[in-house]
Amino acid sequence: MKKVFHVMYDDDEKLLVAARELVSKGIHVNEVYSPFPIHGIDPVIGIKRTRLAIASFMYAMTGLSLAVFFMWYTMISDWPMNIGGKPSFSFLENLPAFIPVSFEFSVFCAAHGMVITYLLRNGTLPGMPATNPDPRTTDDKFVMEITTDTNSMNAQDLESEIKKTDVFELSIKDVKES
Amino acid sequence: MEFKFEGRAKLITQVLMAVGLIALVGGYLTDHSDHHQRWWANLLVNGFFYFSISLAALFFYALQYATESAWSVVIKRFLEAMFGYMPYGAAVIVMVLLAGQLDLHHLYHWMDTSLYHEFMTVEGGVTTYVDKEVTGAVVNPNYDHIIAGKKGYFSGWFFWLRTIIYLTTFLGFAMLFRKWSLQEDKAPNLDLHYKIFRRSALFLVFFAVFSSTLSWDWLMSIDPHWFSTLYGWYLFSGMWVAMIIFTHVTILWLRTQGYFQEISNSHMHDLGKWMFAISMLWSYLFFSQFMLIWYSNIPEEVTYYVSRVFTDYKVPFILMFLINFVVPFLVLISRDTKRNPKFILPVAFLIFVGHFADVYLLVIPGTMFNHNVFGFFEVGLFLGFLGLFVNRTLSTLSKAPLIAKNHPMLEESKELHY
Repeated sequence: MKKVFHVMYDDDEKLLVAARELVSKGIHVNEVYSPFPIHGIDPVIGIKRTRLAIASFMYAMTGLSLAVFFMWYTMISDWPMNIGGKPSFSFLENLPAFIPVSFEFSVFCAAHGMVITYLLRNGTLPGMPATNPDPRTTDDKFVMEITTDTNSMNAQDLESEIKKTDVFELSIKDVKES
Repeated sequence: MEFKFEGRAKLITQVLMAVGLIALVGGYLTDHSDHHQRWWANLLVNGFFYFSISLAALFFYALQYATESAWSVVIKRFLEAMFGYMPYGAAVIVMVLLAGQLDLHHLYHWMDTSLYHEFMTVEGGVTTYVDKEVTGAVVNPNYDHIIAGKKGYFSGWFFWLRTIIYLTTFLGFAMLFRKWSLQEDKAPNLDLHYKIFRRSALFLVFFAVFSSTLSWDWLMSIDPHWFSTLYGWYLFSGMWVAMIIFTHVTILWLRTQGYFQEISNSHMHDLGKWMFAISMLWSYLFFSQFMLIWYSNIPEEVTYYVSRVFTDYKVPFILMFLINFVVPFLVLISRDTKRNPKFILPVAFLIFVGHFADVYLLVIPGTMFNHNVFGFFEVGLFLGFLGLFVNRTLSTLSKAPLIAKNHPMLEESKELHY
């Protein structure tokens, strides 16, 4: 059995202060549920830097290669085009003309890829079941999740430490360890 | 805390100024081009480049006020310090323009008054420009149909009126902003803050128009047959990024000397973001201007790029674009490099020279054509003006406290996360 504490705050600043306090006492915070990103919370509760940027770069590169290949194939290779002297059967000599399309398609792929990756990774694609502990965290409340299995402190100590912060509501549940 | 401008830093700027002076005199004596064209052209390049940095500082200052930005409050005094160079830069530009008007050089082909008259009579060696109907009228061989069509815009009084209006507006606003800022130091004054806010918005309106027209007047008119509607924005983005680079590097240095401890890595990160973003804006405008002209291939437009991309200046021009675009794009795209001086500094030095080369290549191909020389004179003059610019900036910086202590958003600025 493990105990799960869902500590609710009514202000993001209060949660941030409480998280700093608890972490400084050696308490591990599993997760924070919030209606919007809380500025500066990531380093406090020890969340790793997102790798979304790397994914975005790879999507952009995919888009760039696809666009370049498509334009080379249609304009130069399969049916060479010459519109007013450009592109005159050479991809490199006419590179400036291909830049806008390559740029736009890279941005298109990066943006869509990033959004889809983000939604998948967070489990928030349309129709996916909600995982937040309380529906109010999508409105104006902020919830911090602390469990006994990731903390060396016992449940009583954890509860008393949590209650020292500016708590709005505290719910404690017993959950079977899987 | 007050900044003291003394010791090694002051000595270095003075040595650079001396180098510049030697280059100025030596360059004039050794320059054998017609009417000392090379000397004047390089004076215009340096005069405009450094003037534009202080102008961009004025713009950025007004922008921060007009948008009520808090993060930049701690660097506000440094932006003000760059206003200190503005009168010197303005003086150099006026000197070059005046010399052109007095026929001392031929940077501005349109200043030649003989271009505007289609017919003339020659009697006893005296040339008189006349109407077509006058007996004995012959066609003026100097007549330039295109430039004559721009006569209204290029007429002497109108040109000088514009130049005087630009310079008085810029110098006036710079002086007022500085005055009000120092006045605010004596006592907290919210009314004064809102006054600067309103005047900043007003300045931005003037700047939006003048930054375009001054670039047409002072630089685009070097190639009077050619025109580009993007030219003003292109120059504006170039001066902006040069100013951000200078600010970033100098503040990094000031922090190592124990000044500006309120400026955190997050502020430097923000300046790094500006450096990256405006480099991309510059590249975008460069490419937009280039691609449309290259693609449409209209003779009167494309001549401008023929000398730059395909013939005499192709190596420096293409190199300049690659440095100013590829280097900041690849190096500064990551968050960590923007926060690390080891990455920022080499990029900053490289693209500062790159943007100087940009202004150089705006002026030189239209004034020196295919017989340009690049030597010690150009390098010396660049260093000399750099010395003067740094000297004036740091000297102005030392005349006021480094932090505007009564600015209403100072605390918010110090608390910047990222």
